[in-house]
Amino acid sequence: MMAIKTEPFVLNIGPVHPSTHGVFRMRATLDGEVIVNLEPVFGYLHRGIEKLAEERTYTGIIPLTDRLDYLASMSNNLAYVLAVEKLAGISIPERAEYLRVIIAELQRIASHLIAVGAFLNDCGAFFTPFLYMFREREKIVDLFEMLSGQRLLYNYMRIGGFTQDIPDEFLPALDKFVKQMPSFIDEYDYLLKENEILLARAKGVGILPKELAINISASGPVLRASGVKWDIRKVDPYSIYDRFEFDIPTGTAGDCYDRYRVRVEEMRQSLRIIRQAMEQLPAGPIRSEVPHLVRPPAGEAYGHIEAPKGELGFYLVSDNSIAPYRCHIRAPSLLNLTALRDMMIGWKIQDAIIIFGSIDITMGEVDR
Amino acid sequence: MKFERYGKGIAKGLTVTIRHLLRHPVTAQYPEQRLNVSRRTRGNELIWDKEKCTGCATCAKTCPQGVIHIITSVSAEENKYVVEKFEMDTGYCISCGLCVEACPYEALFMGYAFERAKYQRGELVQADEMLLASAKRRPSGYMHPEIASELPRQTLLVERITEEK
Amino acid sequence: MAIVDSAPTALGRLETLPSDWPVGFWSHWGVFTVVIIAFVLLMVMGFIWLERRGMGRMQARLGPNRAGPFGLLQPVADAIKVLLKENITPAQGDKIVHWLAPVVVFAPTLMIFAVVPFSDGALLADLNVGILYVVAISSISALGVFMAGWASSNKYSLVGAMRNIAAVVSYEIPLVVAIASVVLLTGSLSMNDIVLAQHIPFILLQPLGFLIFFISGCAEINRSPFDLMEADSELVAGFHIEYSGMRFAMFYLAEYSEAVIISAIITTLFLGGWRGPVLPPWLWFIVKVFIVFFVMVWTRTTLPRVRIDQLMALAWKFLFPLALINLFITGIELLTWPEALPWVMILVNIAITAVLVLLWSKFFKLGWGRVEV
Repeated sequence: MMAIKTEPFVLNIGPVHPSTHGVFRMRATLDGEVIVNLEPVFGYLHRGIEKLAEERTYTGIIPLTDRLDYLASMSNNLAYVLAVEKLAGISIPERAEYLRVIIAELQRIASHLIAVGAFLNDCGAFFTPFLYMFREREKIVDLFEMLSGQRLLYNYMRIGGFTQDIPDEFLPALDKFVKQMPSFIDEYDYLLKENEILLARAKGVGILPKELAINISASGPVLRASGVKWDIRKVDPYSIYDRFEFDIPTGTAGDCYDRYRVRVEEMRQSLRIIRQAMEQLPAGPIRSEVPHLVRPPAGEAYGHIEAPKGELGFYLVSDNSIAPYRCHIRAPSLLNLTALRDMMIGWKIQDAIIIFGSIDITMGEVDR
Repeated sequence: MKFERYGKGIAKGLTVTIRHLLRHPVTAQYPEQRLNVSRRTRGNELIWDKEKCTGCATCAKTCPQGVIHIITSVSAEENKYVVEKFEMDTGYCISCGLCVEACPYEALFMGYAFERAKYQRGELVQADEMLLASAKRRPSGYMHPEIASELPRQTLLVERITEEK
Repeated sequence: MAIVDSAPTALGRLETLPSDWPVGFWSHWGVFTVVIIAFVLLMVMGFIWLERRGMGRMQARLGPNRAGPFGLLQPVADAIKVLLKENITPAQGDKIVHWLAPVVVFAPTLMIFAVVPFSDGALLADLNVGILYVVAISSISALGVFMAGWASSNKYSLVGAMRNIAAVVSYEIPLVVAIASVVLLTGSLSMNDIVLAQHIPFILLQPLGFLIFFISGCAEINRSPFDLMEADSELVAGFHIEYSGMRFAMFYLAEYSEAVIISAIITTLFLGGWRGPVLPPWLWFIVKVFIVFFVMVWTRTTLPRVRIDQLMALAWKFLFPLALINLFITGIELLTWPEALPWVMILVNIAITAVLVLLWSKFFKLGWGRVEV
């Protein structure tokens, strides 16, 4: 096939590039348009969040976690407060548990909307799916704004519950959203699911084999698209996820198209969970009595959740002071990125962009 | 690219975009058309109630960024702290609202306004009288439900988009 | 075929033309030069407006609406902004070629309009090889694109320019073969005669030719889904990544005036040009051009981009054989049933198109996947 041998040259994709979703750099060695070697370079957005966490109070870290995966702040909050609650042995009221599930699933939809929209935008569908999906995300962001007062960095969850109870107009608005959303997801599918060009671009491209996916400890939609049925919500149910019925969508091939489909199906499942949680939502207090300065006993705890991008874990070590001795973040974006080279070699520049887009990373979380 | 479906998928996609041509756009034209922000909005300024403040500095201790500076002195005749200086550098503020949450005397509020950009960095450092509430500096209902109930209802996109698919 | 007029000799009309004009040949030449430049600039503004507003509405937003009524003056505002900016030449770049490239891209787009008829006989030069002239001139801008890509001394622009060359060279062939089947119907290469011969728009008599021409035309002028020469999500801006100010404006202008040209040629060849009831001919021409461009905007809004190997495969495996078969069938039809009724031919041709497209869709897998390295 490659009759003409050309001299390889190095192309720097990023750190300032429209499709690197932040400040990421790929040093690609190209032979013509084909990638023969690839070296991911990250660290451009390193802010030392793990270190900063060591000198803040346990409550003061919550605003920091917002800034990890800034497209899914609520999930980060949840993972962190779960870890602290485990560390300090705090139980939270029933109503707060249900609200956490509702909020985490809403956040999953919002994050997947951006992931899918950005992926389709990388494929070259000129901003149309992206803007449609931003419209739907806007509705979720509106709901979160109603709860927390901000639109991106919510800082809504607290150790032992929430800052404030939900306002009265929240549930009617949520109900409206849950009723509208399925038809919009169908519309996105109608727009591009069967598009021949998208199928040609994404099917069979950037395959992540099952074994490799497990070996690099990939998680989230990237792992599930490779055919591994692994979801923290099912295998280690945190919060009250064992009370809800939902399926785990998996792919078969592990290609870009499967990752895209898995995300869309997960949105449907999330809506299903929200519907169930709304029906069962009890009344009652929103926060258990927790002192403002939490002082957990010396020890360590690992709290993990199924964040939109994969398994997000917080490992905390306490020395019985008001700040953690050590805080380690297991960032799904970073671990999912580790197979980037294997997925990209042999594909063209255009494929590299969509493979990168289909992994769905946030640089805030990769570099921390 | 295999056209085994004879371009059916492409045709389907084209119908979606052409239908959107006839729908209402969702854009709000900002300076003329303003949407109401949330009643709990955490605007980019802090509002301070001098009367209620006792100078306990809980807010300063809670602030993850170290934005708030308080200097107090002891007043012997009244037997309490007197706040000599209450200063905050909004340039460092991340609007997390932890200070408002922590204040035991409900003397701090987040601002409701969101168009409070400044031209100079120096103007971001606000102190004492500049932090008081005024007509332009309305407090928001964040952690203060009694204020929230009086603020206008938030505009929601869920309610603005009426067309069903 | 019965629908074909006995074409009057183009040469004869060229001799009579200047007498329609008060001062003669040179005034005709001068007036049309001004008209063409004004027409191209105004159409480009209209196209930019249509693209941005139409695309905005299709994407559930408004599009530019601040400058002038309905944002009609937005292209003017953009132009002023761009003209006031600094011209930057890369330090490592080839200065002269970098300076020359926008001119080489833009000039041919104006030249093509010399042979596009706005009304019966209203064209700068009724060349008897009009359509051949169009094909010849339109290829020149590919050279300018490559000059820009090379002189910028930037890897992205070089990749973009190489893609552009590959695409233009490949898509020229189905384009020309599709034109040839139209020329078979009219028996004349003159654009004016092609319009005069269309009592029925050739889109009905030549549906396959139209399809091939439209797709190849989109690929030639870098419209989505074939916009991989300036693919903004991959190559950032492709060949004009290192251009700014006036030179960038030239590229921008050239991009849209190429769109005007392809729309105008599609209108002339397949949609009956200026022919139409009630409205004056030039208005019909402009309306049809806008309709064709709207379809391009529509596809750009909807479709993802194809990959470079798929782009090549589409040209060589799909469009080129189909164009050849179409030419062959048209020739046979003209030889065997020269007196057939037009509507019978329309039905027959549409059926042939459907069968051929379905057949070819089954036959070919376009592009290949992973390359072992």
